[in-house]
Formats: sequence, C-alpha cells, structure tokens
Amino acid sequence: MEKKETNAIEELYREELMDHYQNPRNQGELAGADVSYHDHNPVCGDEVTMQLKVSDGEIKDAKFTGKGCAISQAAASMLTEEAKGKKTRQLLQMKTEDVLQILKINPGPVRIKCALLALRALQKGLLKYEAKLLKAK
Amino acid sequence: MTLNVNKIRQDFPILKRKVYGKPLAYLDNAATTQKPRQVIQAISEYYENYNSNVHRAVHKLSQEATHAYDEAHEKVAGFVGAKMEEIAFTKNTTESINIAANALSSQLRKGDEILLTQMEHHSNIVPWQQAAKRTGAKIRYAEIDENGELKMRQLQQLINKKTKVVAFTHVSNVLGTVNPAKEIIAAAHEAGAITVLDAAQSVPHIPLNVGELDCDIMAFSGHKMLGPTGMGVLYGKEEVLSEMEPLLYGGDMISEVSFDDAKWNELPWKFEAGTPNVAGAVGLAAAVDYLQKAGMENVHEHEKKLTKLAYDRLSKIEGLKIYGPPPNKRGGLAAFSLEGVHNHDVSAMLDAQGIAVRGGHHCAMPLARLLGIAGTTRASFYLYNTAEEIDKLAAVVKTVAAKMKSFAKVK
Repeated sequence: MEKKETNAIEELYREELMDHYQNPRNQGELAGADVSYHDHNPVCGDEVTMQLKVSDGEIKDAKFTGKGCAISQAAASMLTEEAKGKKTRQLLQMKTEDVLQILKINPGPVRIKCALLALRALQKGLLKYEAKLLKAK
Repeated sequence: MTLNVNKIRQDFPILKRKVYGKPLAYLDNAATTQKPRQVIQAISEYYENYNSNVHRAVHKLSQEATHAYDEAHEKVAGFVGAKMEEIAFTKNTTESINIAANALSSQLRKGDEILLTQMEHHSNIVPWQQAAKRTGAKIRYAEIDENGELKMRQLQQLINKKTKVVAFTHVSNVLGTVNPAKEIIAAAHEAGAITVLDAAQSVPHIPLNVGELDCDIMAFSGHKMLGPTGMGVLYGKEEVLSEMEPLLYGGDMISEVSFDDAKWNELPWKFEAGTPNVAGAVGLAAAVDYLQKAGMENVHEHEKKLTKLAYDRLSKIEGLKIYGPPPNKRGGLAAFSLEGVHNHDVSAMLDAQGIAVRGGHHCAMPLARLLGIAGTTRASFYLYNTAEEIDKLAAVVKTVAAKMKSFAKVK
C-alpha cells in the first residue's frame, strides 16, 4: 500500500500531462462531426465532449471540449492526438492500461475515473455511431 | 484550559502513520474523524469479553451487553443534555433525518410548506424532497448572503402558517457557517412548525444542549465525533418521538405482536428495529467519555484557534478564495478554491505531501451551483490537529499555486 518516498506530485502531475492541461491540443468544436458524445463524472463534476470525424472506419479528425481536473482534461487532449489516423476498431479496443500508458501515470482507485472519462465518452460515442451505421444499412 | 494536544495525539494510533513517506496530517474531520485507542479497545473488549445480543437472553453475557448498550444511550443523552428515552441509535445522520422525514410526512398535507436552507447537505434535502412528493407539500429555501450566512429577515418572512417543518443545518459542512439555531427554532415554534436540526457538524465540535436550543428533533453521527462508523443518533423530544411512526419494523421495537397487529415498544427502542450495532454503541460511549474528559469547551477553543490560523494563512495566498463567513463566525473548517486549479488537483497534490483534505461539492451540489463552482478543497479540524499541520497545509497550497502558475498558458 505505502509508497516509498517519492515526489508524488511530480509523479502524478508530470510535465507533459500539465502541458496538455494548460495548453490543450485539439480543443474546440469540430464542425460536421460524425461522432459527438458528452459525458461527465457526477462525483467530481469533470466534463468532456469528444468529437470525431470518421470515414471508412478511420478517424480523420478529433476534437474535444470540457472542464475539470488536470487529469481528466489532459487525458482528453492526449486522446484526441492518439485517435487521429486510428481505426474505429482500434479505439473501441482500447483499455484502461492503454490510457494509463499514454498518460504515463498511476492515478489510483479514486482518480482513475478522471483518467478514463475521455476514453469512455469516445467509446460510447463510437458505439452509438456504429449502431446508427448498421441501422442505415 | 487548553488541550494537551501532544498527549491527545498519543491516543490516536493512526496519527503515527506515514503517507508516501510523509507524516499524516489528517484534515478531513468533517467527513469522518479518527478513533482513539480508548474507542478501539472498548470495541475489541466487547467482542472479546461480552459479545451477545441485547434485551433478550437472560445469560450473563447478554446482561453485560444490554447494560453497556443502554448505558451508551445514557451517555449520549448526557452529552447533549437529553433524556435517555429521547436518544435512538441509527446508522448515521442520514438515517436519522430519513426517520424524521418519513414520520413527519404523515402530518403533511398538500399546500403545507417545508423550510430548508440553501446550505443543506444532500441528506437534509433529498428526504424532504421525497416527503414533499408523497404529500404535495412544498419545499422552500432560506437564502444565504455573500458571506455564506443565512439572510435572517428573509428566513423569518418565509416562515408562515403553512410552514410545518423547518429543517436546517447547525453548522454548514462547506461554508462553516454556524447558524443561529436558537433564533430559527424560536421563529419556527412561533408558527407552530416542528424543527429538525442537522447537528452532524456541531455536536462533535461545540458544547451543545438540546434543552437550550429547544429543537424538536436533532440528528448527528457517531463517526464524526471519534466513534465508530455505522453509528448515528436521532434525538427527539419525548412528546415528539412518542407521536412519530418508526421507519423500520421488526424485532425489539415491539411490545406485543399478534398475527394481526403489533404495538410499539417504549422509547427509544421503538426506533431501533432488529439487532442493533452493539459494538458501535459501546465505541460511541467510549468516544463520548473521551470528549467529555477533554472538555467540549476546550475542543471548541482549540478548533477556533486552528480555524483562525488557517483562515489567516490561506487567505494570504494569491488567487485563493475561502468560502463562508470570517473565522469568528465559523466552525472548524475552511473550504477554498484556487484560481485556475481544479479542487481535485489541489487535493491530490496535498495528498502527495501526506495532507488529507476533501475535494468536491461535499454532498451539497445545490450550494456549489449557487456559488458557481464545481467544488472546493476543504480542510476541517479536530482536537488532535496542530498549528504545524495548518502551516504545512498553507505552505503546500502555496507551492501548488506556484507550480500551476508555472504551467500557465503564457508559456
């Protein structure tokens, strides 16, 4: 349970993560988005809306808007970078560990929800999008 | 008399703990408090020596357990100036308020009014919302001013002939505001309303006497006053509890049962259906003993000093805003926000230095919305906290503010 003495702040709030939080990439509305999904954490109030442009099962563009803690917002920013050029299938297969690897942190059992909020929103949005595609066929 | 805090700290095994290699500074006492070994030992002693069910068997163990359980009621009663019959054990403040809201529902009619305040915890809002839905009664809210204090004139204007229940918190768990309970209760009584006091943040910290306050019903939690979790208290004036219908039915709360009907047991057992939390009661009794020995006046004085210190230190930090009234008008807590930093990030950075605080809306979402914030970081104090811990809190918050600034967008 107990960690050795480390600079736990530096560990959780890595420079790259803080940079994404203070200077978010791909932030804003994505005009003509195929996927748009809003999700929030009722306990802490973190919010994100993940938006994607999809063509032939590939992510052409990704943007997000939101507000909340550094971890939730940095994760959203990093995930938009990660998503571009990926297949929808690849995004749907992404798991907790994948997100933590991108963030390079171990947020612990309480704040894991912050780290995963963006991925969950992205995946829920994609599933909705795919269901709609199937229906149209 | 001042508290011997160093000596008190020796009684709390958990305070020796290190977190991430740093000494623990536990400043989340409004959520729950730590337990002295006297409480922990009382609970183990019960399980090791006289564990048994109460009010039933005639064997020796049951006699001892029954005695301890009943005595716990007496001790808690004595602590708040009540009679033993007026103290029912529940699992927490929330359950106590639910019992009250459920029972008072039977007296509510369409068009009746329930008066709450804007600074209530969810536990003193949601049960009343449900009672209102069932009965057609209407909920009204007394407003707070920019200081986080109740607008007393507005509150008094809201109390009218239709007001049947006035339920409010004694000390706000977010703003720290100490409400003028006596005054509000008197105004409610003048209109013939029943008063329900949420004393979860006051009984553990302030010397309190129910007779002096004259409240009809009062709820508080054992775990916020050095006792174990799973212990709450419902106080009610004898004549009020006598009229109230219990929420739970079953064993021990009856005096007589036939196949068709049942009669309720005498007070307070009517509200304690089923096998109770005997170990919890024994632990709470030990907690009451501990607090009485320390002296509630001394506990209160000590917290006042810490709160003033925290207020002075924190308010000097650039971009930091403390919510609620000045220190002389608040209980032992300070909730604050730091410009440009989310409360969870502040809390996590404090945690990394061994400082335990709470971040979030503190189960008062309507209040957070009213203040226009997602949440705050809250430091709350108790008899074992020290001035050094407050200094450390302020120092780390200062570092956090500086660190976040270094990542600011201008970079």
